[in-house]
Amino acid sequence: MTPESQEPSETRSALSWFFTGMRGITSLPALILMTSYVGFAAFALEAGLTRGEAVAMTLGVWALPAQMILVGTMLANANIAASFLAVTLSSIRMMPMVASIMPEMRTKKTPLALLLFLSHFIAITSWVFASTHLRKVPKEHRVAYFAGFGITLTCTNALIVGVSYGIVSQFPPVVAGALFMLTPVYFISSIWASARQPVVRLAFVFGIVLGPLLALVSPQFDVLYAGIGGGTAAYLIDRYRRKRHRATEAA
Amino acid sequence: MPQDYSTYILIAVAGFLATDLWRWLGVVAGHRLNEESEALHWVRAVATALVMAVTAKLIVFPTGTLAHAPLWLRLGAAGIGFAIFLMTGKKVAVGVLVPIAILIAGLLVVGI
Repeated sequence: MTPESQEPSETRSALSWFFTGMRGITSLPALILMTSYVGFAAFALEAGLTRGEAVAMTLGVWALPAQMILVGTMLANANIAASFLAVTLSSIRMMPMVASIMPEMRTKKTPLALLLFLSHFIAITSWVFASTHLRKVPKEHRVAYFAGFGITLTCTNALIVGVSYGIVSQFPPVVAGALFMLTPVYFISSIWASARQPVVRLAFVFGIVLGPLLALVSPQFDVLYAGIGGGTAAYLIDRYRRKRHRATEAA
Repeated sequence: MPQDYSTYILIAVAGFLATDLWRWLGVVAGHRLNEESEALHWVRAVATALVMAVTAKLIVFPTGTLAHAPLWLRLGAAGIGFAIFLMTGKKVAVGVLVPIAILIAGLLVVGI
């Protein structure tokens, strides 16, 4: 899984980087996500979705929170416009997530169509993976490396949903509780460990505090408000800090 | 619940389109950003705050079995785990295993 392997990076082909990315499937975040998708398969069965529908939803949506919301609106017999609205409002966060890794991933020669295609494989887990590992990969091979990881992760989880559908109905309560806790604690430590700039650590603190607080005030748009408000506050504080730093250095 | 292929249309429109629309907009917006530009600092901050807001909500307002664990246990496990993670050289494995161990121990003591 470590991008630095035996051969010097210049001589390695894009295909070999694709395979290196694929090996990320055995990483801790990928394994955690797989257990979450076993949970989704159980939820889909309970909600009355067929096996094919559960797999299609995993491949087509590829964002666990959005999938849960979509199934929820189906259970509530909402019409297609209401389902669309609920899912799309919960997915606005995709835009800054995708936008923030694009400059790191693409080169001047990367075709736009390829990036549009690969953006489908960006969800929280692959975003964390990309922000952690992309910088260790030579720039011209980052697209291949991410494609290897992202496509493999999505297809493996679709397979897992198809296979575990109907097999796992429920975990023992202690195991289920621990599984639900794995995802958030993994995000907390991996995002903090991979934060290179102070602005990211500031935004981390703002987001983690504002998220639950705003959920009490505005349960519909809490994440959006916490993201835009907390992120902007972190950015402004960091810009002030950088300016003052530059001013003292100049003096 | 709608029947047959109408569910697939629902998945395509209210699932695939509803999420990928934002991903495509992200590609277009990100295409204009330079690495280390001011705008990218801001976008990165917003994306991080968004992901952390989602993450904190998973702990404070959990769904499923975790909801049976008391709030103090969930916050304590995550908080103490993060403190130990910071003190022991920021190893992700520590940051994951310590909170899980505290949570499991707590669940066994409290009993769910």
